[in-house]
Amino acid sequence: MLQITQINKSYENHRALTDVDLFVPKGKIFGLLGPNGAGKTTLIRIVNQIIEQDSGSVELDGKKLSPDDIRKIGYLPEERGLYKKMKVWDQLIYFSRLKGLGESEAKIQIKHWLEKLDIASWGDKKIEDLSKGMAQKVQFISTIVHRPSLVILDEPFSGFDPVNAEIIKNEILELREKGTTIILSTHRMESVELLCDQVAMINRSRKILDGTIREVKMSFRPEVFKVALSHVKKDLPQEWIPRYSDEAWEFTLPLSGKTPNQLLSELMEYGEVMLFKELIPSMEEIFIHQVKASANG
Amino acid sequence: MGKILLVIQREYLARVKKKSFLIATILTPLIFPAIMGVFVWIAVEEKDSQSLRIIEVIDETDLFFMESSEQYAFTSSVDDPEIAKKMVQDGERYGFLHIPKIDIKSPEGIQFYGVENPSLTLMGYLEGALKRKIEDQKLFAQGIDPKVLKEIRTDVSIQSITLGEEGEEKINNANVNYAIGFLAGILIYIFIFVYGNQIMQGVIEEKSTRIVEILISSLKPFQLMMGKIVGIGAVGLTQFLIWVVLIGTLSSIVMGVLGMQMPQQQAMEMANPEFAQAAPDSSELADIMAVISGIDFVALVACFVIYFLGGFLLYGSLFAAIGSAVDSPSDAQQFMFPITIPLIVAYMGLFVFVLQDPTSTTSFWLSVIPLTSPIAMMGRISYGVPFWELALSMGLLIGGFLFTTWLAGKIYRIGILMHGTKPTYKILWKWIKTSQ
Repeated sequence: MLQITQINKSYENHRALTDVDLFVPKGKIFGLLGPNGAGKTTLIRIVNQIIEQDSGSVELDGKKLSPDDIRKIGYLPEERGLYKKMKVWDQLIYFSRLKGLGESEAKIQIKHWLEKLDIASWGDKKIEDLSKGMAQKVQFISTIVHRPSLVILDEPFSGFDPVNAEIIKNEILELREKGTTIILSTHRMESVELLCDQVAMINRSRKILDGTIREVKMSFRPEVFKVALSHVKKDLPQEWIPRYSDEAWEFTLPLSGKTPNQLLSELMEYGEVMLFKELIPSMEEIFIHQVKASANG
Repeated sequence: MGKILLVIQREYLARVKKKSFLIATILTPLIFPAIMGVFVWIAVEEKDSQSLRIIEVIDETDLFFMESSEQYAFTSSVDDPEIAKKMVQDGERYGFLHIPKIDIKSPEGIQFYGVENPSLTLMGYLEGALKRKIEDQKLFAQGIDPKVLKEIRTDVSIQSITLGEEGEEKINNANVNYAIGFLAGILIYIFIFVYGNQIMQGVIEEKSTRIVEILISSLKPFQLMMGKIVGIGAVGLTQFLIWVVLIGTLSSIVMGVLGMQMPQQQAMEMANPEFAQAAPDSSELADIMAVISGIDFVALVACFVIYFLGGFLLYGSLFAAIGSAVDSPSDAQQFMFPITIPLIVAYMGLFVFVLQDPTSTTSFWLSVIPLTSPIAMMGRISYGVPFWELALSMGLLIGGFLFTTWLAGKIYRIGILMHGTKPTYKILWKWIKTSQ
């Protein structure tokens, strides 16, 4: 779907992207992660042809990105903006026509989306008369109204209350069902775990990891097991730092070169194993760990 | 191209549909006649409601006989200045004119007493009347009958006629040309400033609300900038054309009602009877009307439209560039200089050089250099401009706006994505150099 190869971009004082490769498969939700200032926005702007890369290539559906591809891409920037004095309906018509939609087609689509998101009665209202959350819905519609095959969402949930965030989340999942490719850039790791099929992480202009959520998690598991023992027969070694709660001793143990089975049979000598579970890091932990690691390195 | 049209359409409709546009467009041409109407009305009212003002005169020379007018009556009921002053204080008399024994060769010491400051009109009236009397006395002393002198006095007015290339004759009037040049020049100046500012505000709005990020993911920054400039320019043009139609209709109605009588003249006569004598007589009025009707308004309006568009595109792109570089209107001040200075030079030049002497070297250069030509050339057009100068001026203007839009485009495409940086001229220069 989207193939980014060896992209470089530098501004006057700093490098924004260094040799970045990315592949975003069709019909998946792709999480683009990274701390502020890592280069995510620059990358998104390059894909949107807002700015040009210094070197490297971007291919959409196997062809080099061209101005005609604007129609195929929908973009929701992190910093939202709509014309305050313009009516919702006029505004949506304007944006969709700028994307290349014909007038009658635009009307049909806008009507469909306004009804779908339950805001059909707002068509005649000006943006300045809407609440922030309402305006966000309008903005979301303007992103997808021209039925793009690639949708780029930068922090799509900011500004939404939990109810509306849920609605938007379901819309995103529905878009994926229909085969739309989605790039999701966000700091909210819980929505990354919930929504994304694949992720890539950028820090200090470089891609530092990518893969499916599972692959990433597996590659970052610390090989530590959480253990609970009851009916303890002999004293537990103090370096395990056991804690007694709910009639069981709980602690974590690293594999330290053993296989899980070896570790388990070793534990069985101490008592009844109530719990033996590998600790898988959350995306949040990986994120923080990686950012810190590359800051120190 | 289609996308530029969409932008033009949006910018145009967003402004034309506003109530403020409608009000400004309809009211402005009415404001000036309305103000004039109010003045005339007040003058008439005042004259009607005013009671006759009685002025006591003590003339110790016995030479002056003050003729009463509609507003002022003169009496000589007492001889003692102190009693006369008392009468003024008591309100029996509006004022007291004291003419002591004076030497007619150097009349000094004439005094007017009143409880309030006398108006300029009254003082002018009194001074004028006394001056005429003294002059008559002097003439008489020289053995000349003032009546003979009055017969000798002659009014001369020269009719100015320009010869066209094919020998056709056209009646001219310097005053009319001046008025037209003045109005057209000022109008362009105001239009550039007002609508240029709207461009800048519009760009800042899109930048600060981050709409621009969505917009330029849909079209090129240059398309967006041009669409905005052209759309807003079309609003200005619409306003101007509505004014032409409105003023045209209104003035023909007014002319019809007043039967070719100029309302200003009536107003002046009412406000100050002295002017009545100085005002042009009806034959000169007819001349002015002839001159006005002889002006090629189609050519004038066409030139106005061309210079308005040229000047607007030239300055509009600069306004857009400034708007793109800053985050808020207050930051824009520092960059306004390069725009304001040439506009003010053109504006001052219009009064100091162009309207005084439309064919002087300075006027020529002012009306040819693109930064000043839209204003300066409009000041010259009603006087008649050789075709080659017009062509040169317009050609340079087109070149000028191509250059400024090219330059502005470079600043604009980088500026609109820059947030939080306070740009300087040095940074702007860097943007121009770096954008390909």
